[in-house]
Amino acid sequence: MIAPALILVPLAAAALAFVIPSDRARPLVLPAAAFAHLALTAAALAGLAPVRPGVWLQLDALGGVVLGVVSLLFAICALYAPGYLRVRIDRPNRILCACLLAFLSAETLLVLSQHLGLMWVAVEATTLATAPLIYFNRNPRSIEATWKYLMIASVGIALALLGSLFLAYSAHLGGGGPSLLFGSLLESAAGFSRPWLRSAFVLLLVGYGTKMGLAPLHTWKPDVYGEAPGMVGALLAGGLTSCAFLALLRVYRIVNAAGEGDFARRLLVALGLLSMAVAAVLMVRQRDLKRMLAYSSVEHMGILVLGAGLGGAGLQGSVLHMVNNGLTKSVLFLAAGNIHRAFRSKSLDDVSGALVRLPLSGGLFLAGFFAITGSPPFAPFVSMFAILNAAVASGRWIVASLYVGLLAAVFLGMGATVLAVVQGRPSREALETPYTDNIRKTGPILLSMALVLLLGLWIPEPLRKLLAGAAAGFEVAP
Amino acid sequence: MYLADLLLVVAILMNFVALGAREMRVCIRAAALQGAVLSVLPLLVHRDPGINALLMAAGAALMKGILIPTLLQKAMRDVHVAHEVEPYVGFVPSLFLAGIGTAMAILFANRLPLAPEHVGSLVVPASLATLFSGFLLMTTRRKAIMQVVGYLLLENGVFVFGLLLIEAMSFLVEVGVLLDLLVAIFIMGIVLNHIRREFSSLDTEQLAGLRE
Repeated sequence: MIAPALILVPLAAAALAFVIPSDRARPLVLPAAAFAHLALTAAALAGLAPVRPGVWLQLDALGGVVLGVVSLLFAICALYAPGYLRVRIDRPNRILCACLLAFLSAETLLVLSQHLGLMWVAVEATTLATAPLIYFNRNPRSIEATWKYLMIASVGIALALLGSLFLAYSAHLGGGGPSLLFGSLLESAAGFSRPWLRSAFVLLLVGYGTKMGLAPLHTWKPDVYGEAPGMVGALLAGGLTSCAFLALLRVYRIVNAAGEGDFARRLLVALGLLSMAVAAVLMVRQRDLKRMLAYSSVEHMGILVLGAGLGGAGLQGSVLHMVNNGLTKSVLFLAAGNIHRAFRSKSLDDVSGALVRLPLSGGLFLAGFFAITGSPPFAPFVSMFAILNAAVASGRWIVASLYVGLLAAVFLGMGATVLAVVQGRPSREALETPYTDNIRKTGPILLSMALVLLLGLWIPEPLRKLLAGAAAGFEVAP
Repeated sequence: MYLADLLLVVAILMNFVALGAREMRVCIRAAALQGAVLSVLPLLVHRDPGINALLMAAGAALMKGILIPTLLQKAMRDVHVAHEVEPYVGFVPSLFLAGIGTAMAILFANRLPLAPEHVGSLVVPASLATLFSGFLLMTTRRKAIMQVVGYLLLENGVFVFGLLLIEAMSFLVEVGVLLDLLVAIFIMGIVLNHIRREFSSLDTEQLAGLRE
């Protein structure tokens, strides 16, 4: 009974947010719905059971990890939202609040889907729910970003639908039953028609890779993350990308079970390294701090698929990195949002001395930078190191050295921009803006940062078990 | 099967009409006709079409043939600008490319293994050719409305491929897909409206403020 409730609670809250007339009262629906969702998620994780055959909606271990990230991230952003929307009270927030909640519902549907077609419908629904979020600022730049996002994501998703159909046809030729449930697809995978399966994987990789923002399909990302409010950026970079990665992993698992794992892994490693390289190049001398975060997201999507492509321990590291990346991205985007408000700009031309102007938000931004670039003792270090270990352990020295080299390049490129933001003196105009940090705007970021630190030092036993369960599904009997 | 193949040929011809049209109105109508023709195809292909298939076909035909084109026509009329397509790539090269694309689609389709009941059918080539034409339309036309039309062709191409799996598809998922398409077009329409208000045009060249 928990599965439908998880989807319907945010949807009902979206309807409620839509009918509440007051711009001041409406944002309070967000934390209320977020905590109800978080409680349901905890209950669903506690009652995790093997997927029953024939069931369309059920949480499995891999989905559990993603649902945990999505729900926690949404709760952090929902805590932040009322304070933020109070600052932006000049703008109507009806559509923003309703779409945020509808987005949470669509993400949950995606995670719970055990059916290839239903999962696609949910991915498309996340796109449609997020498009209006990007457009919150109602200026020419945000319209341009929304249009690019709609067009590029729609083409990507159309290709993913074609890929899903190819996969289904591959199963049809292999004599598999008419069911498109993941369980029955995995069972009959060995007999699938190989040419169709390979084409299907390429199309699905392109389609869901577009949603993740893997290079060279990342072009919407800097525009969207640059123009959307910081809170929306956090939810996209931490939540939506994790969901798209989950969709890709579900397909990869089927391809792997069909005996085409090597083919898929080669593509994943290549695309992962390419994304890291593209991010490293474009991060150098980036003058816009939100666009810089977008390239950091491209880089980390690359790390995720690289880990998955290394398989075994790499995949396990990759699933953990999805959690760590999601939490750390919320620190960076929310802190960047505060800096943006205080300086009324997100360009290095106007922003400097964030540590003086906003000691807490500026400090958190700096800490978030060290965390996301893999500095110990923060959580991303653990998962990024696990992926390096997997590359070395399997003797792939070229991959390992490229990985380390690109991480170093990103650290330098991103570091130059981040230091320019936090150091120095703020301009006179920046000191005179009315914005001030308060607990409502920094508390949620502090909470998120504390989790990033905690997970870097100690992984709780239930999470460890969940991660092991998530990775176990990918092992195929020889 | 004969009638189904005939309709697929009509669908392929519509790709060429859309790519060769000078006026947006013609393009939108070509996409509408293509969508409507394809919507009834499942009834011809299905061995035993039930009430669900009938409802599905009626709904799809109504949406792709009437609702969406009306929405686009309205968006176009509201903008008091030239109704020419204004391509980046001229009409003759576009048609030439579409011809090559269609030929490639036929060649590629022949290389893939097919179930015995699908051998010799036009489904796979028509699907790939339509997909390619949609992609071409999206990337080589300046007007934002034309990108929506291109997206419709792209979706039609995917829909054609679905004919191969007609017996495996579940009704619920099909409805979901159709609903998603409708909402997508609706949201695109709203954004189109905002583009027009902000930029007083639907020319995508205006959308070039975000650069590195």
